[in-house]
Amino acid sequence: MARLEDMDEGLASFLRDWETPDVPGSAWVTPPPAGERRVALISSAGLKLPGDRPFSEGSNDYRAIPAERAGDVVMDHISVSHDRTGFHHDVNIVFPLERLQELAKEGVIGSVADFHYSFMGATNPNEMEAKARQLAGVMKADGVNTVVLAPV
Amino acid sequence: MSGLAKFLEDEGLATTLIALVRQQAEDVSPPRALWVPFPLGRPFGVPNDAPFQIRVLKSALALLDRSSGPILEDFPEDAPADPVADDGEGWVCPVNFPKPVAASEGEQLDRVLAEIQELAPWYEVSLGLRGRTTVGASGLKTEDAARYLASFAADMMTQSPLEGVAVADALRLSAEDIKAYYFEAATAQPGSGSPQAVLQWFWFETQAAELIRTLRDVCITSKDPAIFDVGDFMLVDTLGDTPAPGMTSG
Repeated sequence: MARLEDMDEGLASFLRDWETPDVPGSAWVTPPPAGERRVALISSAGLKLPGDRPFSEGSNDYRAIPAERAGDVVMDHISVSHDRTGFHHDVNIVFPLERLQELAKEGVIGSVADFHYSFMGATNPNEMEAKARQLAGVMKADGVNTVVLAPV
Repeated sequence: MSGLAKFLEDEGLATTLIALVRQQAEDVSPPRALWVPFPLGRPFGVPNDAPFQIRVLKSALALLDRSSGPILEDFPEDAPADPVADDGEGWVCPVNFPKPVAASEGEQLDRVLAEIQELAPWYEVSLGLRGRTTVGASGLKTEDAARYLASFAADMMTQSPLEGVAVADALRLSAEDIKAYYFEAATAQPGSGSPQAVLQWFWFETQAAELIRTLRDVCITSKDPAIFDVGDFMLVDTLGDTPAPGMTSG
């Protein structure tokens, strides 16, 4: 149903007319074999832990979520256009860390990172570049070599 | 997300992403993207359906085994019916509230506080069943979040109750917490309706929604651009902006 033709016309036309920012670059990294992949999850849902600083309109930074606190996240996204009822029932519909841990047990991936992250996705991605590059260094220090990104 | 993926890949990390709006992924062209045909807000399909969520996640991870890109692939399945709700047709919240009215400021707050109290047993059931809550973005108790919104709606000089948090953010987060509290409590009740039915109930049958609409009307008169924006597009969604059927005045 994230097909534009299935959406409310106001939202569909907003998304249709949205001028996607030009993000340069075409880097391609060959990941390690599946069993050696250490995976971090990044959501653009404006997730944070209760007590973390709030996101604001134009926020370009991220919040870090320790793996053991994934079940405690709350959503702090400025848009009211997306469904939140699924998230109220099950955090994995937006932030599927439990699923990622199950896949690590199955051997589909090597391991799950100790920390995961969220940005507030309504911000122009070019405004996030510096923080994203800084975050890449942080993730590498956690042994991460693979990242799954999920919107909201 | 697509832009972030490009920055991370450029820093040496392999990325794969879920895309909800296909056109945006086409335009930005990240290294690996899986488009999913699910509603906004549901990138992994449906709540409480681990096998389906696993299929989505595995499909995204499988793109990492390709030798070249960029890749934009379509997930072949639509989301199954939501297992946590029936079809919701005609669903009525068992906790029966008085018809919401355009009440005076004090009355409006009293009515919202009464609703919060009436829903409390079901919010507690929700906490017990789910073992978690999505209420907590503001850090305020739900009653205090309602008091803050009512207070700001009556007097725009009301300061943020949250240390170091701007008024605009405090308003938005308080409203989010109230919505989350109502949704969690409503959907913990037996025979809970579909998400759409619960949203209909919230926006058309609760005084809390009236309070949020009142707040919206106040915010859009603000000269502070951040507060104006909160009122303009961060409080009330398209459904909530539809004229409420059977609304009474007095």
